[in-house]
Amino acid sequence: MNSSYDRMMSRRSDIIRKSVGIDYSIFEYGKISFDYEKMMKETGYTLEEMQAIQGETGVGNTPLLELRNLTKLARKLAPEGKGARIFIKDEASNPSGSFKARRAANAVYHAKKLGYKGVIAATSGNYGAAVASQAAMLGLKCIIVQECYDSKGKGQPEIIEKARKCEAYGAEVLQLTVGPELFYIFLKLLDETDYFNASLYTPFGIAGVETLGYELAMQFREREGRDPDVVVCTNAGGGNLTGTARGLIKGNATKTQIVGASVNLKGLHMASDTDFNKKSFTTGHTGFGIPFATWPDRSDVPRSAARPLRYIDRYVLVNQGEVFYMTEALAQIEGLERGPAGNTSLAAAFSLAQEMDENETIVVQETEYTGAGKHIGAQLSFAIDNGCKVFSGDPKNEVAGENIILPSHPTQIKARDIDIDKLRKSYIKNCVEMNNISEITKEDISFLMDDCRVSEEKLFDTLRELKIKTI
Amino acid sequence: MVVKKGSWVRVHDIILTAKERASNLPEDTKKVPLEMWTKGVLQSDAKLGDRVRIKTITGREVEAELIEVDPYYDHNYGKHVPQLLDIGVQLRNLLAGGDTDEL
Repeated sequence: MNSSYDRMMSRRSDIIRKSVGIDYSIFEYGKISFDYEKMMKETGYTLEEMQAIQGETGVGNTPLLELRNLTKLARKLAPEGKGARIFIKDEASNPSGSFKARRAANAVYHAKKLGYKGVIAATSGNYGAAVASQAAMLGLKCIIVQECYDSKGKGQPEIIEKARKCEAYGAEVLQLTVGPELFYIFLKLLDETDYFNASLYTPFGIAGVETLGYELAMQFREREGRDPDVVVCTNAGGGNLTGTARGLIKGNATKTQIVGASVNLKGLHMASDTDFNKKSFTTGHTGFGIPFATWPDRSDVPRSAARPLRYIDRYVLVNQGEVFYMTEALAQIEGLERGPAGNTSLAAAFSLAQEMDENETIVVQETEYTGAGKHIGAQLSFAIDNGCKVFSGDPKNEVAGENIILPSHPTQIKARDIDIDKLRKSYIKNCVEMNNISEITKEDISFLMDDCRVSEEKLFDTLRELKIKTI
Repeated sequence: MVVKKGSWVRVHDIILTAKERASNLPEDTKKVPLEMWTKGVLQSDAKLGDRVRIKTITGREVEAELIEVDPYYDHNYGKHVPQLLDIGVQLRNLLAGGDTDEL
């Protein structure tokens, strides 16, 4: 082991505290608990403040569009009387081309307010471009750290495009090969530059997405005179779903069902050098969605503000081929050419709409920009070059990394449920193991019930299985 | 070929050798080093493959191996994927009321 690596990792908590300006320990209590709402309130911004901050840089107020042709298609395929109206919030209209501008606007504003000279974010996704764009607007320096290449130096086209976009906004991009030691480089850079850690998971980052949910509730009510029945969020690190759900609640849309959707990449290891380029999606997939739901505090801050199990009502998976198909469908029959990863929730919504009644409504809460590299053509060609077979057939037979099956008919697009109770159980287990505890306090019990919305009975069953005593 | 001081270049470095890497890695990743690439302005004349100092766009000084001069992007929209062409045709036919999906 490298001594510089060990030294840096041992200073982890000091560096993080200094680079985000939050002492998370003041919110912690019991053996495992922390006061989530207090953290969000005391370190975040009010909805009105966030709207003002985002408004200054042209973020937000994105259009809510009705997808009439996709609704018509869903109704043709669904049983009589089924086929909810499908809407989409066109978040690609944000300055950096995705909803991540909302997260970045708050983080970069906060960095500037606290007097930091620059911002750093560890991200291979749209968030990098969003931070770089905001930093350009506010006159801060910006460094983005990406996991981009395999050991042969072959890069994911989608991530290379993100690097280009970050550089277009004047950021420095540091690209790495596969591995969790990205965090070491990230710490080293924070230490070297004294820049702000524009983590995706701070309270201000997550609160930045609340404006999306709130705006959606207001726009929908103004247009339809009611709240949407279902909102579908593409789920990776959990921030999109958490922020949107919180915003919907702030907009009093409390009956709306929150559905998370991820691309199924079962079997591909996220830290594997050889699996890295077998993926045809670099975000919105289960490789982030499931680990982050079942252990949110794996992120680059001690207490992640993205806690999807607090809000998720249903979690569904779709396959890569289904999302590519729907991306093409959105362009071909709705006239909206958008990036594939953001259409994960669209593929799910198209299937879910067919289960719902005609008088019901379902909203896909994001789109993202598309361009060279970050495009179905580029991503499918890359898959073929990496030995993945691309063909038309039944997408239920897709095996991530081996093939991509584009549905031969749209009836084959099916959102598949995963058992949230299993995720809750796994979260509780992680809480116990990561904190290395054998007993738990009464206040920890109520924290766990809130943090993963588990029933008291099921929680005690799990704790008994884990041989954890209550004190 | 001499690369002139002041050129915009791309550099590469090994951050951790395979032996120095974290312990909790999959077997394949354990066998390879952790590598890094970044770009900046070359601080003195050098040749490709030399260990050089650059100044990045944020003003950081980085020492690494010079691998590219005037780096540019060439990612694209990929090659023609025939199955994609079929999707639009199929959907338009379905919407028009037909159930054929032929071109």
